[in-house]
Amino acid sequence: MKNKYSFFTLLKNAFSYHENWGKAWRDPEPKKEYEAIIIGGGGHGLATAYYLAKKHNMRNIAVVEKGWIGGGNTGRNTTIIRSNYLWDASAGLYDHALKIWEGLSQELNYNVMFSQRGVMNLAHNLQDVRDLKRRTHANRLNGIDAIYLNTDEVKKFCPIINTSPDIRYPVLGGTLQRRAGTARHDAVAWGYARGADEMGVDIIQNCEVKGIKRNGNDVEGIETTKGFIKTKKIGVVAAGHSSVIASMAGLRLPLESKPLQALVSEPVKPIIDTVVMSNAVHAYVSQSDKGELVIGAGTDDYISYSQKGSHEIVEGTLSAILELYPIFSRMRMLRQWGGYC
Amino acid sequence: MFIINCPYCGEREQTEFKAGGEAHIVRPKQPTELSDDEWAEYLFMRKNIKGIQFERWIHIHGCRKWFNVVRDTSNDEIKAVYKMGEKPLIK
Repeated sequence: MKNKYSFFTLLKNAFSYHENWGKAWRDPEPKKEYEAIIIGGGGHGLATAYYLAKKHNMRNIAVVEKGWIGGGNTGRNTTIIRSNYLWDASAGLYDHALKIWEGLSQELNYNVMFSQRGVMNLAHNLQDVRDLKRRTHANRLNGIDAIYLNTDEVKKFCPIINTSPDIRYPVLGGTLQRRAGTARHDAVAWGYARGADEMGVDIIQNCEVKGIKRNGNDVEGIETTKGFIKTKKIGVVAAGHSSVIASMAGLRLPLESKPLQALVSEPVKPIIDTVVMSNAVHAYVSQSDKGELVIGAGTDDYISYSQKGSHEIVEGTLSAILELYPIFSRMRMLRQWGGYC
Repeated sequence: MFIINCPYCGEREQTEFKAGGEAHIVRPKQPTELSDDEWAEYLFMRKNIKGIQFERWIHIHGCRKWFNVVRDTSNDEIKAVYKMGEKPLIK
């Protein structure tokens, strides 16, 4: 790696007041033709490019991004990483990903701040209890770490949770995956971008795709704000905009894009050292390294690309948060936003 | 959040309504004769349009009637509202 990050490069650059660090990736103009083009420069698009180059030795490829890399959903999620999914196929996929996360900082030589602080899922009614126990068993059969906690154990693991039996959605139990946790969302995009760029992948920012040129069943290339780029293979990794891109090639997808909201509070001292998720009331909370509470809400039920959701969704999530964590009642929220899912 | 003009009750807050997805998807006349692909097409494939979308809503906490809405999904602006069975004034 031409510009490997290490203690020694840190020390060396300290002598020049950190003013001479090279750029982490190039800013190339698009070539006339690529072997493959990935549309979407978020975490998933950049990871796709990285592994295509690394595992499949495809170096003549490009990632095109309409804004800046990591500026879409990658910068809008609540950074939770877990693999405790019910179905075999999901468990296989997500645990494969979690194992990649466990060595990702070393592999990329880029600190993605992966923190295995555990993810706890709460049960609020008898059906939740049955479902979560079933999921715990399914996870264990798939070799994924999972334990079931009763109410007292939930309280012991996260003492600020209100486990009183007379709240609107009492905590009847929960599951815990200790290997799960959070990571720095931006760093993931930056780390993969740097790794892919190193192997020759062109990352082209501020390059919006305007159309896809087809010739019968083949693709000839993409029309962009930086001109026409020839290619025979296109990967669409555009999250909520996947249907929009696919429709340029005349394809329909079984997808609907809905607003999913999140918000962060002012920063405070460490108060919650894990991630707590509650599907029943759509309230997800963790604390960032800066000290902000990162809160995830539910989705609206209508399709929207407006990147804003309804006020009552946030209100519902916050009322659940306040009942589960009365200690947060005087916290002030700093920012609120919406992504698509 | 936005205001929806229910064709039966007038203007109400969106929280009184529930979205029913893309409108004018015709239920197959002979469901027993469909292939898996045709079923999938009917059940799951959607335009998921960024722009003007024709969609169904129900006034679930009001008159409980279904109707159609024409909405720009890029900014949530409602262009028209019309009853079930009627034709939209804009195309």
